[in-house]
Amino acid sequence: MEVGLKMGMKGGGLNHVGGCEKAKMGFAETELRLGLPGGGGSGEGEVVRKRGFSETVDLKLNLSSKESSGMDANDEKVKVLHKEKNLLPCATDPAKPPAKAQVVGWPPVRSFRKNVLATQKGSSEESSEKAAFVKVSMDGAPYLRKVDLRMYNSYQDLSDALAKMFGSFTIGNCGSQGMKDFMNESKLMDLLNDSDYVPTYEDKDGDWMLVGDVPWEMFVESCKRLRIMKGTEAIGLAPRAMEKCKNRS
Amino acid sequence: MFWGNRKTLKMNYFPDEVLEHVFDFISSHKDRNSVSLVCKSWYKIERYSRQRVFIGNCYSISPERLIARFPGLKSLTLKGMPHFADFNLVPHDWGGFVYPWIKALAKSRIGLEELRLKRMVVSDESLELLSKSFLNFKSLVLVSCEGFTTDGLAAIAANCRFLRELDLQENEVDDHRGHWLSSFPESCTSLVSLNFACLKGEINLGAIERLVARSPNLKSLRLNRAVPFDTLQKLLMQAPQLVDLGTGNFVHDPSSEAYNKLKSAIQRCKSIRSLSGFLEVAPHCMSAIYPICANLTFLNLSYAPGLHGNDLTKLIQHCRKLQRLWILDCIGDKGLGVVASTCKELQELRVFPSDLIGAGNAAVTEEGLVHISAGCPKLNSLLYFCQQMTNAALITVAKNCPNFIRFRLCILDPQKPDPVTNQALDEGFGAIVQSCKGLKRLSLSGLLTDQVFLYIGMYAEQLEMLSIAFAGDSDKGMLYVLNGCKKLRKLEIRDCPFGNEALLEDVGKYETMRSLWMSSCEVTLGGCKTLAEKMPSLSVEIINEIEQMEFSLDDMQKVEKMYLYRTLVGHRKDAPEFVWIL
Repeated sequence: MEVGLKMGMKGGGLNHVGGCEKAKMGFAETELRLGLPGGGGSGEGEVVRKRGFSETVDLKLNLSSKESSGMDANDEKVKVLHKEKNLLPCATDPAKPPAKAQVVGWPPVRSFRKNVLATQKGSSEESSEKAAFVKVSMDGAPYLRKVDLRMYNSYQDLSDALAKMFGSFTIGNCGSQGMKDFMNESKLMDLLNDSDYVPTYEDKDGDWMLVGDVPWEMFVESCKRLRIMKGTEAIGLAPRAMEKCKNRS
Repeated sequence: MFWGNRKTLKMNYFPDEVLEHVFDFISSHKDRNSVSLVCKSWYKIERYSRQRVFIGNCYSISPERLIARFPGLKSLTLKGMPHFADFNLVPHDWGGFVYPWIKALAKSRIGLEELRLKRMVVSDESLELLSKSFLNFKSLVLVSCEGFTTDGLAAIAANCRFLRELDLQENEVDDHRGHWLSSFPESCTSLVSLNFACLKGEINLGAIERLVARSPNLKSLRLNRAVPFDTLQKLLMQAPQLVDLGTGNFVHDPSSEAYNKLKSAIQRCKSIRSLSGFLEVAPHCMSAIYPICANLTFLNLSYAPGLHGNDLTKLIQHCRKLQRLWILDCIGDKGLGVVASTCKELQELRVFPSDLIGAGNAAVTEEGLVHISAGCPKLNSLLYFCQQMTNAALITVAKNCPNFIRFRLCILDPQKPDPVTNQALDEGFGAIVQSCKGLKRLSLSGLLTDQVFLYIGMYAEQLEMLSIAFAGDSDKGMLYVLNGCKKLRKLEIRDCPFGNEALLEDVGKYETMRSLWMSSCEVTLGGCKTLAEKMPSLSVEIINEIEQMEFSLDDMQKVEKMYLYRTLVGHRKDAPEFVWIL
């Protein structure tokens, strides 16, 4: 199976999955992502955002994952110097959302201090013990999903997970040939270009907001459900969301 | 005067008492050690007059030899586990037991008065033995220790009749909620310093009130979170002479009677220079302490995540005399700007991370540090956890603050480059070591190549302790450091590509150092074996948490964790199963 997106090169630049092709297609603007409008969602930068989604695509197209691409994903050591730094073991397990790997003993803070702060945070946030399950719908998808927001540490993590969950629906939407076409790379690209999906959420007040404006922790506290809507529908949403944010801050 | 004409003035012209008297003025451990090496008679006089001994690694010497050499010992400082144990890199039962020391001292005639322990395992049994063996015992300081409960503290309180100091810093204590405070007898009135902030459980409030009331010499009092606001007020009324205060729970209603009472109580405490605690606090509560801020030299708010930006800056603006500030990164870069413009006397700054799970919220960056360096020229000690750092910022900091003795920078994201140039941070750290000629301690982070180690080897002439993580490209890096830093005592390395070549190039070097830690590097079992063979004066420990079966004896196998240290007493006998001493 010829899969143009799979990269065999080692350390070949920061975006290892067909970076140049993506650039040609203007991929960055249209990809499904949860990030601060115009900026990096988790502060990790352009590259990581792209990687998140493109890994999903890669997964669907080539289920044997990434060991052969030379990625150090499975390496327990974090010594990737000029390659893309990857602490995530996500490549091999599509079912698990890629949470940020906790490097043992990092950051170098005394365990005593860590424990005290953890306890304090626990007592001040009422719902910190409970899971935060929210329904996630995507326009055009036949059924909804549920995610526990507390499983993720950042918008990037959530974005990656949702991309994995809903990637198949995106592909399934491409033309009358349906699932057969997901093998066809250019069709996929067309679809993703046109997709223009925007993640939104309903907050505690019942308003529909654009995902990514507020700090992650605040988002987890206030999000009641998620909806990945088509860009065209979201246009009406944006000004209202802006207004609400202004009122908040 | 001593170095006069050798022919007419011999060393032993002076009676021993005179030399002893002169030695009394020499207090630093290093100097006393040097003095003892001059000649036999000086060695003899020095050892009999020595009262304070510092042992940086409890396995480098035995209690018996200590007792034999220093019969006049009164104060002992002992350190156990290696520094990286703080970050869970060393398994709990690794070692560092104080019991054998106390047992040996108890058997001897040593009149121990002070014991200071760091990263050691202290059992209740040891505390009880300690409390019963030394009539004049005055001071117990435990830092980052574990293994004891409040029962052990009760023994100390009950039996040490002349106890002046009980200082517990960041220990893991099993709190039995017993009435250990009530174990202080009514006759105990000698307390000068009491710090139990790390205890998690309830305490007998009446007991602490009575204890403070009968301790007229009490200068330092640090409470735990179980001590409520109104008790604090009562305690302050009893102890207006306090110099150092650690509050417990600091939540209250500013309109309440309790608040007013506290305010007036605090105003009477004109001697308070050091303030910490605030383990439970709300922003509106801080105004109660404004009256004493003007004289504060040390402020520790690093356990108060409830205070943010504005609350902190409003407070700090009152603290113009601050010399040491420990704070959480919720102060933000702007907040650090306020610190820079207010605290002109600042010497030490520690900024701890408030978010430890990596939610990625921008906390402090290079900006905050640059502000501080520009505003606080006396800064000499730094611990700074930040989201990012740039070479330009470090170069500026190096220029502004050439007096750093301790420079510990932790960029939360390992191997993060300069976000502006995408370069490694070699030049930035290079500037620091070049400018700060007195630098003794350095911790590196961010993306770093061998180049930074070249700089360190070249310029960091006074460097004694170096901590490295996720840095370097090859053995050259480590070699630059080992060859260049003549005064290096402690080197700790994790997750770096340094291997046998670097480890074995100059094995004699390790005898001049206290210890070397290497984990998740490229060093193999064979390399460690070779080192152990060549250097019998070193103890080379392989710490291996994997099951014995899985760990093959293949020399090519990379070693997970290696800890080596010089020792005069050979291999320790108390090593657990997972520690293999080569």
